[in-house]
Amino acid sequence: MNTAPLRWHIDMLMITCPWCGPRDESEFTYGGEANIERPADPEALDDAAWADYLFMRSNPKGWHQEQWNHAHGCRRWFKAERHTVSYEIRRTWPMDEESS
Amino acid sequence: MQNYSIFNLARHAMGGHRGWKPAWREATPKSRYKVIIVGGGGHGLATAYYLAKVHGIRDVAVLEKGWIGGGNTARNTTIVRSNYLWDASAALYEKSLKLWEGLSQDINYNVMFSQRGVLNLGHNLQDMRDIRRRVNANQLNGVDGEVLDTAGVKRLVPFINTSPDIRYPVLGASWQPRAGIARHDAVAWGYARAADSLGVDIIENCEVTGIRREDGQVRAVETTRGVIEADRVGVVVSGHAGVLAEMAGFRLPIESHPLQALVSEPLKPILDTVVMSNAIHVYVSQSDKGELVIGAGVDSYNGYGQRGSFQTMEHFLSALIELYPIFSRLRMLRHWGGIVDTAPDASPIISNTPVEGLFFNVGWGTGGFKATPGSGWVFAHTLATGMPHEINAPFSLERFHSGALVDEHGAAAVAH
Repeated sequence: MNTAPLRWHIDMLMITCPWCGPRDESEFTYGGEANIERPADPEALDDAAWADYLFMRSNPKGWHQEQWNHAHGCRRWFKAERHTVSYEIRRTWPMDEESS
Repeated sequence: MQNYSIFNLARHAMGGHRGWKPAWREATPKSRYKVIIVGGGGHGLATAYYLAKVHGIRDVAVLEKGWIGGGNTARNTTIVRSNYLWDASAALYEKSLKLWEGLSQDINYNVMFSQRGVLNLGHNLQDMRDIRRRVNANQLNGVDGEVLDTAGVKRLVPFINTSPDIRYPVLGASWQPRAGIARHDAVAWGYARAADSLGVDIIENCEVTGIRREDGQVRAVETTRGVIEADRVGVVVSGHAGVLAEMAGFRLPIESHPLQALVSEPLKPILDTVVMSNAIHVYVSQSDKGELVIGAGVDSYNGYGQRGSFQTMEHFLSALIELYPIFSRLRMLRHWGGIVDTAPDASPIISNTPVEGLFFNVGWGTGGFKATPGSGWVFAHTLATGMPHEINAPFSLERFHSGALVDEHGAAAVAH
């Protein structure tokens, strides 16, 4: 579960925007867990399934695929894979590309 | 339990203070308990204490993966208040505040609860409307509070910058006089000692690694010190609620974020109340040692690394300096991050779960410390009876299905 080596940051994260390259964390806003798809037919869901889409999150202690927005740069959204203990970011990619 | 009193202090002074016993036993886990509480923070220990005291259930173990007072109980800014907006929250936090008021006597341990009042500042007209609404709601719920204007804030905190031309001028505040601060370590130690004296086993260095279930019923917990069976299991953790839920096979509407705080070098007494600002995310009080205890909002991203991000620190320190120019040359001594589990509506989850006999008391976000006694009180009731207390009924996991959320983003005072 917690396999990545701990690396202590004393300064902010360096995030590589797929379009602009490596930039300081303060240029970005965080957009939560990635790959949560809005159900195609919400009317067909029961309350539990709808709640699962709206509220439930995987919140892993380890690698986490998430969305970021380069708010003070190109203003585009992208996905990143970040370790939630070491905060290491191992890759970033555009929203419409496959993760692997 | 040896009583702590002036007479005992004098008696032990004769013996050179060599006769004091440890405040709680070093318990070894038995193979089976009636109730297991996962998490030996303030909330878990309070739960164990009230289980034993109020409900007479003493066959209880508290499992703590580290040591007592080593987690978030020791990583917060110790503010206690109950000025929440909605009826459900007001009942919960006010119950807690009432317990705080008699806590030192009840557990025979000085938790240094100091009712020095809390100010929540307003910086624009909408803030002031919200404050007025919240104070009105508080008064209807029997929670003390009043609305102060700029001059009223200045009277309480003479050195606050009330210049009208700062970026976020101080237009007024809500003021809850019964709110205050407490000594966080003492809360954990005091509850541990009190629970231990009623027969509760407090087991440190015992991390839960799995939750055994059979036919949808909880059977035992797997730990680093062996498998321990139990009729009921109460999970009272912070920072790892999602990890524990995964062990039990369900998901929670919770995300974990770092929340940071820092402490300055000690000063002569200067600030005799607590000042919080919702809009610019800084809150400050002065400890009995004279240090300023300063906190802010959570980091935006999920994280379990117990440290905060640099720009969040910069943000709340710049807010601090604008509100209190007098602190501009202050040096900071310590800085730390705790992991808080935040729910979408900034309210806790104190609930039964899809697993029979397994109960969760998690998701306290940035405001768990103040709720320690009340949380323990209602969760003890839930564990003893298998049913929620009327106070925690609105805080069920079910509310995310029904949509009956308890939206306390306004009164949580810290950005979630």
